[in-house]
Amino acid sequence: MKYTEEHEWLRVEGDVVVVGVTDHAAEQLGDVVFVELPEIEAQVAKGDEVCVIESVKAASDILAPVDGEIVEVNEALVDNPALVNEDPQGDAWFFKMKLDDLSVLDDFMTEDEYKDFLG
Amino acid sequence: MTDETQELERVPLHSLHIELGARMVPFAGYAMPVQYPLGVMKEHLHCRARAGLFDVSHMGQVILRPRSDMAALEAALEALMPVAVTGLPEGRQRYGLLTNAQGGILDDLMFANRGDHLLLVVNAARKAHDIAHLQAHLTDVAEVLPQTDRALLALQGPKAERVLAGLVPDARAMRFMDVMSLDTLYGPLWISRSGYTGEDGFEISVPAQSATEFARALLAAPEVEPIGLGARDSLRLEAGLCLYGHDIDETTTPVEAGLTWAIQKARRTSGAREGGFPGAETILAQLEAGAGTRRVGLRPEGRAPMREGTTLWSSAEAGETIGRITSGGFGPSVGGPVAMGYVPANQATPGTRLWGELRGKRLPVTVCALPFHPTNYKR
Repeated sequence: MKYTEEHEWLRVEGDVVVVGVTDHAAEQLGDVVFVELPEIEAQVAKGDEVCVIESVKAASDILAPVDGEIVEVNEALVDNPALVNEDPQGDAWFFKMKLDDLSVLDDFMTEDEYKDFLG
Repeated sequence: MTDETQELERVPLHSLHIELGARMVPFAGYAMPVQYPLGVMKEHLHCRARAGLFDVSHMGQVILRPRSDMAALEAALEALMPVAVTGLPEGRQRYGLLTNAQGGILDDLMFANRGDHLLLVVNAARKAHDIAHLQAHLTDVAEVLPQTDRALLALQGPKAERVLAGLVPDARAMRFMDVMSLDTLYGPLWISRSGYTGEDGFEISVPAQSATEFARALLAAPEVEPIGLGARDSLRLEAGLCLYGHDIDETTTPVEAGLTWAIQKARRTSGAREGGFPGAETILAQLEAGAGTRRVGLRPEGRAPMREGTTLWSSAEAGETIGRITSGGFGPSVGGPVAMGYVPANQATPGTRLWGELRGKRLPVTVCALPFHPTNYKR
């Protein structure tokens, strides 16, 4: 698992990358009440706002961590946004992306590095 | 505790909040608990189902002590508010509005007749303004005495009476908007049966030195959970209650804000003490003819919350906005998004379908009656 400074986790499954938010992010967000997911087959660039997460407190975005194509989204989050709080690093993945080159993931933090980043 | 709260004022319960695991945030110059480990959603629902304890010590408690007699003070305060102060019986509290010459709202507040003086509770963010305003206008008739050595707690919810009566049995006999002073183990308590959640409940002013002990005694009741400012906001929003600086401010009049219930007959045209408050011309004219814009309840049809600042449109294609949302979010008891905002009077009828623009997309919202969640006051 790799981690971004935007508190996303990235997990490689074959030639796709599964993206979600970290335990830390879910805790900071508070109770999630609404999730908007990207379109499947959308071509996204690193830094694009691809998901909207609304908690009781505020709206936040998930940014595309890398360039690629959205190949699958987790519709379960639309029906049950609270899943983001219940299992952020498991069942509450947001989307899967297909990348041209998986080696770009080497730039992201390891779990230990992310823990240091959180301080 | 994070760096951003280092420079802030601390409330008497500060250490207790930290001990309870609160997330502290800056609010009106104070470090305040926005939520506890339970989280905003569960705190909100707990308060509606049982009882919640809120620390609102950042709010201003101000005593107005008459220099000669109460009648002169009451008359002088009526010159600042379109509200009847004269005639409020001893032991009763009323909602008040300080207005400016344009009829805008300088602050909303509670005032209570405590026999030989009035006690005001004003918004934290407007405390300094209000004290200066009161001193400027009332100094001939009253001493303006900010109470800086007291905490203010709110105990709200259907179990609030039972819990408070366990410590203060006399609280049981109070009705909505009654006030009472009582000497207790915790020092002199100033209690009102009121709040900001739409639920039955009490606000209790307690000396700072015994506030933590008193709060612990309330929290010891199994019905009670501590509730942060996050849930306080969603509770008041569901109850249709205005937040100063958001739903009301110096540019909105009481009539536009739908607060005409706060203007008693005596202060209206042909009343015994008609007018004579700042902005009377505008406010009395709007009471007669209606205001051009109105605060309304809004239910987004989808599941996405529409928050403060969301623009409102009369159709999906309309070229100009007709208003904006002033408070909005997710209503845990409603189970969906709720909002309040200002729209033209001819589009303020419940059932009117409007559009709110969210992230560049216009989504339907329906004007609806307030409150979103029925109130549960003990009248």
